Amino acid sequence: MRIKDVASVLSAEILCRSDLAETEVKSACGSDMMSDVLAYVKDHAVLLTGLVNPQVVRTAEMMDMKCIVFVRGKNPSEQIISLAEEAGIVLMRSSYRMYTSCGLLYASGLKNEGNDTV
Amino acid sequence: MNETLKYVYEVDGSDFMSAGVASADVKKNLKMLGFSGDLIKKVSIAMYEGEINMVIHANGGIATVEVSDDCVSIVLADKGPGIEDIELAMSEGYSTAPDRIRALGFGAGMGLPNMKKYCDEFKIETELGVGTTVYMKVYNS
Ligand SMILES: Nc1ncnc2c1ncn2[C@@H]1O[C@H](COP(=O)(O)OP(=O)(O)OP(=O)(O)O)[C@@H](O)[C@H]1O
Ligand SMILES: [Mg+2]
Repeated sequence: MRIKDVASVLSAEILCRSDLAETEVKSACGSDMMSDVLAYVKDHAVLLTGLVNPQVVRTAEMMDMKCIVFVRGKNPSEQIISLAEEAGIVLMRSSYRMYTSCGLLYASGLKNEGNDTV
Repeated sequence: MNETLKYVYEVDGSDFMSAGVASADVKKNLKMLGFSGDLIKKVSIAMYEGEINMVIHANGGIATVEVSDDCVSIVLADKGPGIEDIELAMSEGYSTAPDRIRALGFGAGMGLPNMKKYCDEFKIETELGVGTTVYMKVYNS
């Protein structure tokens, strides 16, 4: 699906780089531990997280991720948004909690085929 | 590119929020130089983990990155407390990070093993009370 489809499935508000919303994404992961994202995630394009600090964007940037979804309605600061803008990462915010957000995306076809066990 | 390019960064240990600036800059430079996405990702992840470690465990330090056609070499030197037992520190899940750091999304004890995984050469020199230097190399295959 495209990043704009992720936003619509999650009723999410896009916070920056909506110019990249047509980008195709094929896999996602959800975590509040950036250590785990750095250690276990492999070629996943979308990061869902309830953690809000600049290192979330840095982590996604290093992992070549395309999109970050802040769940539970979390509101990122201006600093976080400008970091993402510069890194070319789409940020969005959804009011759904983590479990529901992941479930909705999975049910809509964003499955991590062949890429889901450690 | 014939000569070796050298980048030196001072990593500020007092500001967790700005950690990663050096790694992001290296990533940008490697992209500009036309290295493969695979090499860039390995270097970025390994260096970022090391940069975060310098900030959260050692109050900052100096990162030196040398880039040639066939290799990227990263040296992270700090004057922090040193590592008492390297073997223990290298094991997955071992962390001395306080709760304050865990609340920021780090401190799972995965960084050092992850750095080793992404590097072709990996070495730590450390002395208690003096500091730690991590040497990493990624070859351009
Ligand atoms: N530069 C350093 N100076 C002093 N101690 C360090 C340094 N780097 C790592 N350590 C020690 O080694 C332990 C393991 O490091 P590692 O990077 O694997 O995990 P972490 O930083 O605690 O958590 P994570 O990397 O998963 O966020 C640390 O908790 C710390 O005790
Ligand atoms: Mg670490």
